[in-house]
Amino acid sequence: MKRLADALPALALTAALLATWEITCRLLAVPVYFLPPPSAVAIALVENAPVLAGSALQTFWMALKALAVAVVGGGGLATLVSLSARAERAVSPLAVTLQVTPVVAIAPLVLIWAGLDHADRAVTALAAAVAFFPVFSGVLTGLKSADPDLERLFDLHGATRLQRLWRLRLPSALPFALEGIRVAAGLAIVGAVVAEFVSGSGATQGLAWRLLEAGNRLRTAELLAALVCLAAMGLTLNAVTAAIQRRALRDRI
Amino acid sequence: MTTGGPFQLLDAVVRYPGRPALGPIDLRVAPGEIVALVGASGAGKSTALRLLAGLEQPAGGRVDRPAGTATGFVFQSPTLMPWADARTNVALPLELSGVTAAEAGRRAEQALAAVGLGERTRARPRQLSGGMAMRVSLARALAVEPDLLLLDEPFAALDSITRRGLIEDLHRLWAARATAIVFVTHDVEEAAYLASRVAVLSATDGRAVADIAMPGPLPRPDGWRRDPGFREAVEIVADALARSMAVAA
Repeated sequence: MKRLADALPALALTAALLATWEITCRLLAVPVYFLPPPSAVAIALVENAPVLAGSALQTFWMALKALAVAVVGGGGLATLVSLSARAERAVSPLAVTLQVTPVVAIAPLVLIWAGLDHADRAVTALAAAVAFFPVFSGVLTGLKSADPDLERLFDLHGATRLQRLWRLRLPSALPFALEGIRVAAGLAIVGAVVAEFVSGSGATQGLAWRLLEAGNRLRTAELLAALVCLAAMGLTLNAVTAAIQRRALRDRI
Repeated sequence: MTTGGPFQLLDAVVRYPGRPALGPIDLRVAPGEIVALVGASGAGKSTALRLLAGLEQPAGGRVDRPAGTATGFVFQSPTLMPWADARTNVALPLELSGVTAAEAGRRAEQALAAVGLGERTRARPRQLSGGMAMRVSLARALAVEPDLLLLDEPFAALDSITRRGLIEDLHRLWAARATAIVFVTHDVEEAAYLASRVAVLSATDGRAVADIAMPGPLPRPDGWRRDPGFREAVEIVADALARSMAVAA
């Protein structure tokens, strides 16, 4: 019940916005290719449900694989790098370079490497590249965030490097890592959609392709329906990661 | 292995980049002695503890610390791992020193019982009050059966009743095992009550400017805080501390 009460303001605002939108469209007789009313979007959503669901699943699956790659790769690399200051100085500039390079710019290259027949692999790789940095930087920051007095305690009792990593630094890093993963999950979806756009012409049958197709044909209601799916997907992934975060850190606060 | 000491700093000098050197510090702790370190903040009290613990190496002078000295360290805050229960926290130093998990757990439970937390071995740090968390921290330091127990203003954040209770506990545990204890505090009365000897460090460079033996038996008898001998000792320490700061001002 409390959850519902918390969500009430947001639900009320959304309902008000939708109502205003609907009424305005009807009163001003806005052409449907320009801005269809929410009711038309809802109908498009229902009518195209099977196609949209299939596309959404495809995009979601690619984003999820990308997130997994980013978590394993980013987390693993951060853990390795944290063991040596020199390694960190060597790797961090490269990680930042990857972060500041727009995914659109490297997409053609990755597409060539993946092969035009495997556009889905290219999309996954590009989304993983976008999601990599928050995980890497979250884990690395977290590994260095351990209480300095606890570090001294580990010194005092002659802890090995592995003991220190396993019993102090990784648990200390968990909140940072989970926050990084939550941010990365959102970015993985953004990355997947952008990469799909770039790979173009239906090479992957994901949501971005539905958006392009509907746009090209001026089927604006279908375009908005695809956008609704995309937003729902992002919200779901965010809710799941937030729930994991809450559960994992329950005992600490 | 029990080494007992003595533990000492001989003309130990510590340098940190960008700050004046600290020392030379001279400090000797005999087996079974309780020494309180007082002095202005920045006088090097915590540094002296870290030197004695072997956590820092002096840039000059010497630190005498017999090899194999089992050391317990209690920090200013409880410094517990928030993701682990009391038992795991207390067992940690033992496990790091190579004691098997089962044996470490058993000894952790004993140590927790000794500080009155035998019923709370499975509690997480967030479920404990500040005083209880500090008791867990004390149990963790005692679980290694230290030859040398170092405490860095451990009770400063606690209310005075809890603090007095913990000091009685510390005396009781000390009486059972006669560990050498070095206790940093800025509370003159706490120093005089707790210690058999009070060393006052100079505010400017951490040199020990006064070394005062405290009267009376340890643990303290009931009503000791009202004893004229104790009151006088408090005043002597307060005067020495004031002088150590006046030199700096």
